Amino acid sequence: MIRYSVEKEYQGMIDAYEKAGGDKSALQSKDVAKLVIHQNRVLASDGVKGLNIETRETETGVDVNLLVEEGAKITRPVHLCFGILPKEGLQEIVMKVNARDNSEVHVIAHCIFPNAVKVIHKMDADIEIGNNARFDYKETHYHGESGGIEVIPKARVKVGKGGVWQSTFALSQGLVGKLDYDFEVFCQEKAVAELTVKAYGKGSDDIKIWEKIHLNGTGARGLAKSRIVLSDKAKAEVKGETYGNAPYARGHVDCMELVNGTEAVARAIPIVSVTNGKAKVTHEAAIGSIDRKQVETLMARGLDEDEAVDVIVRGILR
Amino acid sequence: MLKVENLQLTLNGNSIINDLSLHVSEGEIHGILGENGTGKTTIANLIMGTNNYKPTGGRIIFQGQDIAELSVSQRAKKGITLAWQEPARVEGLRVRDYLKLSGNNGKAEQAEHYLRMVGMEPAQYLDRDIDATLSGGERKRIELASVLAMHPKLAILDEPDSGIDIVALPLILNGILEMNKQGSSVLLITHSEKMAEIAHRVSVLCAGKIVRTGAPVETSQWFKDNCRTCLHINEPSEVI
Repeated sequence: MIRYSVEKEYQGMIDAYEKAGGDKSALQSKDVAKLVIHQNRVLASDGVKGLNIETRETETGVDVNLLVEEGAKITRPVHLCFGILPKEGLQEIVMKVNARDNSEVHVIAHCIFPNAVKVIHKMDADIEIGNNARFDYKETHYHGESGGIEVIPKARVKVGKGGVWQSTFALSQGLVGKLDYDFEVFCQEKAVAELTVKAYGKGSDDIKIWEKIHLNGTGARGLAKSRIVLSDKAKAEVKGETYGNAPYARGHVDCMELVNGTEAVARAIPIVSVTNGKAKVTHEAAIGSIDRKQVETLMARGLDEDEAVDVIVRGILR
Repeated sequence: MLKVENLQLTLNGNSIINDLSLHVSEGEIHGILGENGTGKTTIANLIMGTNNYKPTGGRIIFQGQDIAELSVSQRAKKGITLAWQEPARVEGLRVRDYLKLSGNNGKAEQAEHYLRMVGMEPAQYLDRDIDATLSGGERKRIELASVLAMHPKLAILDEPDSGIDIVALPLILNGILEMNKQGSSVLLITHSEKMAEIAHRVSVLCAGKIVRTGAPVETSQWFKDNCRTCLHINEPSEVI
């Protein structure tokens, strides 16, 4: 239900979302669970059968409780929309998620900061995925071109036996500003965790990624994946950590950072650790310029060099 | 259509291409047969302008214009393209998008058509990425489909048969013949006499030099008799 007094603000968020390439019909549909937050104001909050959303506005943001009931299969994606439309502001989202046993849900989060000059967006999430539950989370950011934004998403995720956590964080539209991403996942027996981060750093963007996966249960599996493209004077540091602490745990860290130009700086720090003789964790990290052969392959089909680079970058960040 | 005249490439004091001359006519499939290390891929790179190769002598004339100073894109826009021996893999680039951009943003049905021409079922491939999940043979057939989609005036195919299994080989041959029927001239670089037999003419390459040009069957036989048994690999004076 949209509160009348904030209807105009809500419309502003919807418009900004659509302008950024989003499908606004999803946010306007009554059959779709959604949560729209502008700064510290909840503009819309709708659950569906099997999924309940509770919110509490605070001075600097909103506390959110999201509960997926046991056995509930939420057929349509849940849409979360967070943003700040003015040039300045602070938004702190404190989120508690509980996806109970055997539930399934797909959450799409849109974070919109089109005019940010001095904006801070923080998210601090505690997430519990029940036994044999599945939670897919995709967070996409839409930033403006000033780069005056600091994004600090942090999450601790516990995945129960046979549960699945899949998350993708994408920030490729507009300038990143400062990003400090920190996700940590703990997997029980036969649980699966896949963390993916995709970011395109330009200007003087500063990107820090920290993905940690603890494979604590027998047969748990984890993938910490990152795809970063840097140009201009952007810099990035990616830490991917995976710990194999149980028999037959299998983990992999996969980091690719492409540097386009001479002034961008990329670092990758993969950490793999095994404390059980029957666990196996691997890593691969590739940092370098955009592959010349890829560029020439596309140029040989008639694309200009800049167009070819653009196709390759878009592919990596897709 | 393509005249390569007295082409030379010297790298670090070593002569890689040595006074090479070659003529590809409009509508012709011209085979180049050569053993490993004779300069086959280097010729492809020099004509396409890839891999930072620039001739140290001679001329590359395409439709009356010397193209040696043009960029890869400029050559492609004139109608030349290259299918690499080991095509690049691009994460996140779907087959449908690759064929579409190769075909100058043609219709989706055209992508399906070109995949079928190289024996690939569109439903299985269109939404896959041209990345490491494809086998070498699949990637090469997609490369051929992308050349078909482009309708080039001149297609340079660098060992299109290498790494292709016996079942897929006829599909590759068919794709090349279809390309030619579409109106493309083809420079078919190979070390397989069988592959060269679909050409209208065949040239034999040794030590960066064309040592013989003629009809496919006879030239392939000559290659088999002389180059396969040559004790003086890459010494053309011994075989001319």
